[in-house]
Amino acid sequence: MLEMLRWVIRRDLVLAMRRRSDVLTTLFFFIIVVSLFPLGVGPEMNLLRTMAPGVVWVAALLASMLSLGRLFSSDYLDGTLEQMLLAPQPLSIVVLGKVAAHWLVSGVPLVVMAPVLGLQYDLAADALLILTASLVLGTPVLSMIGAIGAALTLGLRGGGVLVSLLVLPLYIPVLIFGAGAVEASASGLGAEAYLSLLAAFLVGALVLTPWATSAALRISLD
Amino acid sequence: MNFRDIAWFKYSSPASFYFLAGKMIPWFWAAAAVFAVAGLYIGFFVAPTDFQQGEAYRIIFIHVPAAWMSMFLYVVMAGWAGIGLAFNTRLSSMMATALAPTGALFTFLALWTGSLWGKPMWGTWWVWDARLTSELILLFLYIGFMSLQAAIDDPRRADRAGAVLALVGVVNVPIIYFSVKWWNTLHQGASISLMQAPTMAATMLTGMLVMALACWMYSIAVALMRVRCIIVERERHAQWVSEMRGQLK
Amino acid sequence: MLEAIGLECVRGDRRLFRDLSFGLEPGRLLQVVGPNGCGKTSLLRMLCGLMAPVHGEIRWEGASIRSLAEDYLATLTYIGHLNGVKDELTALENLRISSALGGTHVDEPAAVSALEKMGLGGREMLPAKVLSQGQRRRVALARLLLTEAKLWLLDEPLTALDKAAVAFVESLLAAHLEKGGLVVLTTHQDLQQPGLGTRRLELGT
Repeated sequence: MLEMLRWVIRRDLVLAMRRRSDVLTTLFFFIIVVSLFPLGVGPEMNLLRTMAPGVVWVAALLASMLSLGRLFSSDYLDGTLEQMLLAPQPLSIVVLGKVAAHWLVSGVPLVVMAPVLGLQYDLAADALLILTASLVLGTPVLSMIGAIGAALTLGLRGGGVLVSLLVLPLYIPVLIFGAGAVEASASGLGAEAYLSLLAAFLVGALVLTPWATSAALRISLD
Repeated sequence: MNFRDIAWFKYSSPASFYFLAGKMIPWFWAAAAVFAVAGLYIGFFVAPTDFQQGEAYRIIFIHVPAAWMSMFLYVVMAGWAGIGLAFNTRLSSMMATALAPTGALFTFLALWTGSLWGKPMWGTWWVWDARLTSELILLFLYIGFMSLQAAIDDPRRADRAGAVLALVGVVNVPIIYFSVKWWNTLHQGASISLMQAPTMAATMLTGMLVMALACWMYSIAVALMRVRCIIVERERHAQWVSEMRGQLK
Repeated sequence: MLEAIGLECVRGDRRLFRDLSFGLEPGRLLQVVGPNGCGKTSLLRMLCGLMAPVHGEIRWEGASIRSLAEDYLATLTYIGHLNGVKDELTALENLRISSALGGTHVDEPAAVSALEKMGLGGREMLPAKVLSQGQRRRVALARLLLTEAKLWLLDEPLTALDKAAVAFVESLLAAHLEKGGLVVLTTHQDLQQPGLGTRRLELGT
């Protein structure tokens, strides 16, 4: 089972490395969206400082959602996904492997880039730390929830827009607690409660979403 | 023997349900009308004027039942969809599809009346109150469910994909509600909730309950009508549908 | 061994077939024929459990394939209409990964020799996007040389292949039947090799 997980992750990482431009597009999208906000609301530093957690988190949500299209669709189009459904292992393992690879490719760059973007918004060092921690815990949840939406919309016309409609409302708790953690630490309340809730979401998603994604994949390939 | 070949009960076949529903619909409409008239009478004439909010509060006789229904219908819809997914019963999935627009309608109604109430209460059309915000997200969930089903051509896949989404949604609704509430208290402190009328007179509660019954009856009537349309559309090649068409001519 | 009982297939509005029953014993090959759109691919997808029949049941060694789940999947190899070959990966990587997904772990020398037998010697390290349609099909079919699965479900395995490759694939099928394997395949071409214990199933009549 672990063997299978390793194969799937390695395969998706190799594929991503050979299509590097896709990965970079998501990252630059994230950077551009975050950088656009000061241009829209003005460079007033106090305002920017209060907005920063929300802006970074919303941009992360959008970037992670944009990259969902790649998760299953190319495997669906060339028939690999059929083979994955026929693997003599629980489908959840394959799903978990694909989602893990997706997070490594699209989530980790966001986490790494976030502190740099936080500096644009004049966030203090400890706020930057909390922001990064919240993203580390939250972005895997985004990938896992997003996988359900990606699996449900496989092969549908207008699937890209549809997936955002399905997935964004489900992202809301992660957004609230992710951005909330940074705000709470900024206002001196301590972010532990928020971070532990995000960790709880992560565990919950780890248990439930692979199952839902597998069911959705089987339905979409029927 | 195959599991789904068991006739669970007679009316689980779309054809017989079609005719049964046709007989039931007028009764539910009549009940809805009676309850609505009674509820509105209590709401407008019997219930006393609120000493804090004046007459404007009377919108709760629409607002609160609509909000109740919107949440309740989502759970019922997910329940039907889940049964359809688990036992492969087509009729349950059709019920889920038929309930979605009604649920979305009540959600919209709750938002609209909430905003109308907010104007005299807080002086703005929209406040980021925890309940209103959750209701807005619920509307998004309904819209997502309907768009997903609309985007899929194959009815079987549409049923089952919608079911997975509805079940994921139903697991998420409490989490969303809880997190929105948390967010709300962090940002606003204690806010005035729409439901916390300081003295809820017994007549007010009666009025709301009767209106809720009216909404129930209306939802059942409309859902049955919609389910009849879905049945005919999906079974249009079946013999009983062509026989019925023959009789109509 | 493999039994289909009263299968019914509905795609969209159309009923493609109903009350389809057959059985297949070890060492036999079932060739599914019929015009385009008669449900050949659907039947194969049902047999491997990707698609659920509207009515009916498929059994493997007497047990329903639904209840066998992964145990059944371990006994079969399915090569679909689509090759499942990734453009960005080399022929060698494609073969090793698709074998691993099928539950057979193949080391590099074994994979290289399988590709050589399929007539892809010297092309193992080329990315699949530079291969021709027939060569990609060969990469997909090379899995048959490595798999230990007893039941082969092949959807149009011979399309895009040249004469030599067709003959080679047919010899593979014959060897598999010899060992007591089962094959269900769809094809428009008639199988040339004599001695393939062929039964024909006509759909769409």
